[in-house]
Amino acid sequence: MGRELYRAVADGILGGGVYALMAVGLTLIFGVLDIINIAQGILVVLAAYLSSVLSVHLHLDLFVGLLVTIPVMFIVGVAIQWLFMRRLRGRERTSMSLLASYAVMIIIEGILYLGFGPDYVSLNAWYITSTVRVFGFYLPYIYLFGFGLAVLLVVSLYFMLYRTKFGRSLRATMQDQVAARLIGIDVNRVAALAFGIGVAVTAVGGMVFGATNAFNPNSGYDLISRLLAIIILGGLGSIGGALAAAVFMTTVESVVNIWSPTWSVVVFYAALVIVLTFRPNGLFGRRAVRAQ
Amino acid sequence: MNSRAALRWGLVAVAAAVAAIFPLVFTSELVTQIAVDTLIFAGATAAWNIFSGYSGYISLGHAVFFGAGAYTAGVAAQDWQVSGAAEFLLMPLAAAVAALIAVPFGLIALRVRRHTFVVVTIAVFFIFQLMAFNLSVTGGSVGINAPFLGWAPATYNNPFYYLALIIAAGTTALSWLIRRSRFGLQLRAIRDDEDRARGLGVRAMRVKLAAFVISAVVMGLLGALWFFFIVQVLPQYGFDPLLDLSVALMAFLGGLGRVAGPVIGALILEPGQQYLTLHYSNSYVSEIILGSLFLLVILFLPRGILPFAEERITSWRGRRDDARDAAPGAPPGAQRAAAPAVIAPAPQPGTSGAHGAGRRGAR
Repeated sequence: MGRELYRAVADGILGGGVYALMAVGLTLIFGVLDIINIAQGILVVLAAYLSSVLSVHLHLDLFVGLLVTIPVMFIVGVAIQWLFMRRLRGRERTSMSLLASYAVMIIIEGILYLGFGPDYVSLNAWYITSTVRVFGFYLPYIYLFGFGLAVLLVVSLYFMLYRTKFGRSLRATMQDQVAARLIGIDVNRVAALAFGIGVAVTAVGGMVFGATNAFNPNSGYDLISRLLAIIILGGLGSIGGALAAAVFMTTVESVVNIWSPTWSVVVFYAALVIVLTFRPNGLFGRRAVRAQ
Repeated sequence: MNSRAALRWGLVAVAAAVAAIFPLVFTSELVTQIAVDTLIFAGATAAWNIFSGYSGYISLGHAVFFGAGAYTAGVAAQDWQVSGAAEFLLMPLAAAVAALIAVPFGLIALRVRRHTFVVVTIAVFFIFQLMAFNLSVTGGSVGINAPFLGWAPATYNNPFYYLALIIAAGTTALSWLIRRSRFGLQLRAIRDDEDRARGLGVRAMRVKLAAFVISAVVMGLLGALWFFFIVQVLPQYGFDPLLDLSVALMAFLGGLGRVAGPVIGALILEPGQQYLTLHYSNSYVSEIILGSLFLLVILFLPRGILPFAEERITSWRGRRDDARDAAPGAPPGAQRAAAPAVIAPAPQPGTSGAHGAGRRGAR
């Protein structure tokens, strides 16, 4: 029993790293643009398919393939912002942006279905099939590599946000767009770059997700609902909160998984509902992120 | 504005007459089947609009009530061995279960606003879909079958058509009554500024919850009807994320928060979608087209067909009146004041240059 619990907690923490990375992208986009990108889930799946195509047809190693997929996903993100989100204005902007990104999501889903069909795909590499002994149990290498990469990227995102000039202008835009514009920050450029970076992290998220799960175009729904639960639980716009909530959620899920695999996902959402009942702004949210 | 009211009631009467004789004129089973689907969506969109359109809380979780209605009807018919047309007596039960789910759902979700509300409704939706897959009472991924109806195939769709028509028309009438009532005014006050509405004495939680439950009841009824119509419910179709999206899209297309808007949106979109699905034989292309259409509506027609058309008509009328009233020698400002119906004044020749430039400069 104790061993199983250890293992579940370790699984949860290692799996949480990747979710944290994807959720940080989502939170970054929300913080800067006041938009929740519902398409984030399907973009992860798109990135997973890209990785799969690169490794099957060009025989690129999955981690080397990231050198291609990260810029591609960055461009996809900037394009979504430039083509659709930038044009939304007015009182209904919030709900419009949600619906617009939902629409982007079903378009990408339809294209993926047309291109790859509904069959499940999984990625292959030596570090997915061979295992390593950690703390007395065996894990595929990819869990460690993926976790390491996620931590590395989250740390570098953090560094970028808090130690660079661009990060400072980004945080200024998060706090107050009008004031940021007044002190000479090009808010549109910051917004496009933030959307690009927020989507670029799905390249890594997609690769690790695809390496640890079988996926098809429908997987986007499951992913986005988890990611939404994570960023709401952590408090919208809070990057630290997203990290903590991601690890908390995946750990709870994998611990419940010991007793009942079918109910572990429900517990994930039930935790969200319970937390929101007592703390409507999430665990780490400021009171009323931005007034209605 | 008496002529406008007369025109409106005339249009309603014509629509009612057309709807009433439609299945008698078009007897093709395919056409009536699409008509039933369209009416179910019209009712669902009108119900969604009573809550989301009036209160401004965009719900992407209304499929919960639709699915709950379908499963309630299915489980009850199975356990009590209801057969034949008696199954329709289960529809009030389906509505009651939807209401019972809506109360705790609303009490939790309506504590938060904006993005968070939308996300909570999505999360609750996925909880219900997962429960439908995993609970034993729902039959898991096998689903539940409806009782067999031994009706003649040629007129099989007609009872469903009229039931759906009654629900859709009733919901639209209810929506009209609510919009004119104190309750509707309170809802729209919440949409415009919830804190100020509370300050003015609107019991916001109670009002929002009431609207939420009303729209849930209609969704439950329609869910049960839909289940009897297609004779089977599966978790991914009973609790369908595309239903949430379609309903929102139809309301946005027609005109969010308007009485007739959702019905117009449903009448345009649902037959179109059905046609595309039939035409391309798989749903992927129609999914792409639905998404693209949605983006186009949001980007170019953000307030919907109905407000857009009204604005056009008003500005056309205003311009016509201006031309008629233009008496020689009178200052242009006097005419402007004499035409209060103009909402979006067309630029006035002569004065508009300086005026427009001044505005641009202020930005």
